[in-house]
Amino acid sequence: MGKDKDKIISEVTSGEYKYGFYSDIEMEQIPKGLSEDVVRIISKKKNEPDWLLEFRLKAFRHWQTMKMPEWANLIIPKINYQDIIFYSAPKQKAKYESIDDIDPELKKTFDKLGIPLEEQKHLAGVAVDAVMDSVSVKTTFRETLAESGIIFCSFSDAVKEYPDLVKRYMGTVVPYTDNFFASLNSAVFSDGSFCYIPKGVRCPMELSTYFRINAASTGQFERTLLVADEESYVSYLEGCTAPMRDENQLHAAIVEIIAENNAEVKYSTVQNWYPGDKNGKGGIFNFVTKRGLCRGENSKISWTQIETGSAITWKYPSCILKGDNSTGEFYSVAVVNNHQQADTGTKMIHIGKNTKSTIVSKGISAGQGQNSYRGLVKVLKNAMGARNYSQCDSLLLGDKCGAHTFPYIEVDNQTAIVEHEATTSKIGEDQIFYCNQRGISTEGAIGLIVNGYAREVINKLPMEFAVEAQKLLQISLEGSVG
Amino acid sequence: MLAIENLKVEIDGKKILKGISLEVKAGEIHAIMGPNGSGKSTLAAVLAGREFAMVTEGTVTYMGKNLLDMPPEERSKEGIFLGFQYPIEIPGVSMVNFMKTAVNEHRKHKGLEPLSASDFLKMMRDKKELVEIDSKLANRSVNEGFSGGEKKKNEIFQMAMLEPELAILDETDSGLDIDALRIVANGVNRIKRPDTSAIVITHYQRLLDFIVPDVVHVLYDGRIVKTAGKELAHELEKKGYDWIKKEVDKNNLS
Repeated sequence: MGKDKDKIISEVTSGEYKYGFYSDIEMEQIPKGLSEDVVRIISKKKNEPDWLLEFRLKAFRHWQTMKMPEWANLIIPKINYQDIIFYSAPKQKAKYESIDDIDPELKKTFDKLGIPLEEQKHLAGVAVDAVMDSVSVKTTFRETLAESGIIFCSFSDAVKEYPDLVKRYMGTVVPYTDNFFASLNSAVFSDGSFCYIPKGVRCPMELSTYFRINAASTGQFERTLLVADEESYVSYLEGCTAPMRDENQLHAAIVEIIAENNAEVKYSTVQNWYPGDKNGKGGIFNFVTKRGLCRGENSKISWTQIETGSAITWKYPSCILKGDNSTGEFYSVAVVNNHQQADTGTKMIHIGKNTKSTIVSKGISAGQGQNSYRGLVKVLKNAMGARNYSQCDSLLLGDKCGAHTFPYIEVDNQTAIVEHEATTSKIGEDQIFYCNQRGISTEGAIGLIVNGYAREVINKLPMEFAVEAQKLLQISLEGSVG
Repeated sequence: MLAIENLKVEIDGKKILKGISLEVKAGEIHAIMGPNGSGKSTLAAVLAGREFAMVTEGTVTYMGKNLLDMPPEERSKEGIFLGFQYPIEIPGVSMVNFMKTAVNEHRKHKGLEPLSASDFLKMMRDKKELVEIDSKLANRSVNEGFSGGEKKKNEIFQMAMLEPELAILDETDSGLDIDALRIVANGVNRIKRPDTSAIVITHYQRLLDFIVPDVVHVLYDGRIVKTAGKELAHELEKKGYDWIKKEVDKNNLS
């Protein structure tokens, strides 16, 4: 019995990564290594104003005093920052005037990823900012969006065209001193997306950023800044992939969200960075700081993440619920297979009165993967009537993987209600056999069960991506069951 | 349709079936009765392809093919349905999704296009009526939180959806009250077509008042020790299994 089970498990856990190709694109790179000079070079390459260079330098100097955090339930090999290329961009004209100016190889890359850069070919109702390695290569529907006053562009363009907005909001949610990787990002970030939704505007389409790492030995450090002014609404999605390589590559991003009075932001992530091979060689280190500030009353920020990729994931999309009656949500499905490790969760900080938060975390562990949920619910003294509900489920496939839960609850207000529920379950042989007996293959059965388990979270994704996410879940567990 | 020849099966090295031969022709209903521990459920498991039971000897031919070579999902798609004695719960997977996947796998096997959502839902409605299953059950997760009776009815509903050639019902009657038993049996009778067959495994005779078998076998200690018409079931009901045990044990001694 044990042997057959092992066989099935090893079959299902040996799914192939579909986005592992490399595109031969002419690149402009700076030499490996990190120093104050490198920070200056990046800033210069981007023709940045002095205030931004100052911000970078402060961040870099601070970073040098910091140590890599070791509290996570992860085994992280030593990272040599002198062995990473911190700026790597497809060679291009100053700026693409039209789609015809884009390197056909680059266009082909995004086509292959299902992210066409031509607007007419695009997924209906989705605007995309496509980021390759260190730079944004194309933002679609910029003009259409501008008609309703929405600003959606690369971070670099925002620095040039809307310096006041960037200056006013950048670093207000994630300061450059926040943590080791946030400081590093603040020093060397090269591009990313910027989005501003003006007062009273409901964004008419999904906005998205697609991140692609292509070049070898390169780290990707981008930041996204998303501001939803009063009474506005936006739904934002990010996706990510990378080529298959034997080396580990570092991705350290920052996402900052600000929601003003009555504004609502939905931020969804489908993370599919290269997870490494079956033996744990290669893969992306995904060390990301994501945080939203519900600054206004009745504002709402909702994080949804489907995490299937990366060799190691370290990320805690969080909400600071400052405005009275504001709401924070975190819906997560994190999958680890083969030798992947994930330490992910959220922080909900209740500051304002009657603030509400919901946490639904679904971990799936297969192969020899290790999956940890780490979450903090903190209710401050003045947060009268704060409410939190947390649900934390783990699903295990096979007996070599692990699921761990680290919930932290700190409550300083007597009126707060905080609920926490947790379950652990296993896909049983009898469940698989039951499906088999109805004509469903073992892989089909796992797909059904895993998607059923994750449905609550997948349903939170925008429709177009829910189907993709389902397929992705199945693929990432392909060839894994017990 | 199904021919079992001298089938010997072990579980964890223990001999459970000790040489079973049995032939089920198209259209026939066979009842397999016997005391607890005689190997009835193991026989059902082997026919469905459960791997914990190891076949050490013998052959099973189904529709001219070697059944023992087929993986369980293949057997299902070729028309073998097992009604589980203890149906399995699959939290989070709705009955609709589960059945849709199963029905479309069966259709694919036959070279048919998958059913559209509306055709599928209509099929579900029709079959639900046929087997008198509460329509709410279909919207819940597979068997999750179902009562014992609901689980058994759900097995019959799935059988109606998949329209098997050979249905194997493993103690479908256990734990049912008389009303539920009648519903389940009526369902089975309505689903049965003139050319399809069934193997009804049961400990008690009462199910056979509703599903009338053509042949009754008594399984004891891993062997079929008696085969006769439906009147055998009545005899067993009256006299219990002891007389058969005695008969067999006496023969073994002599």
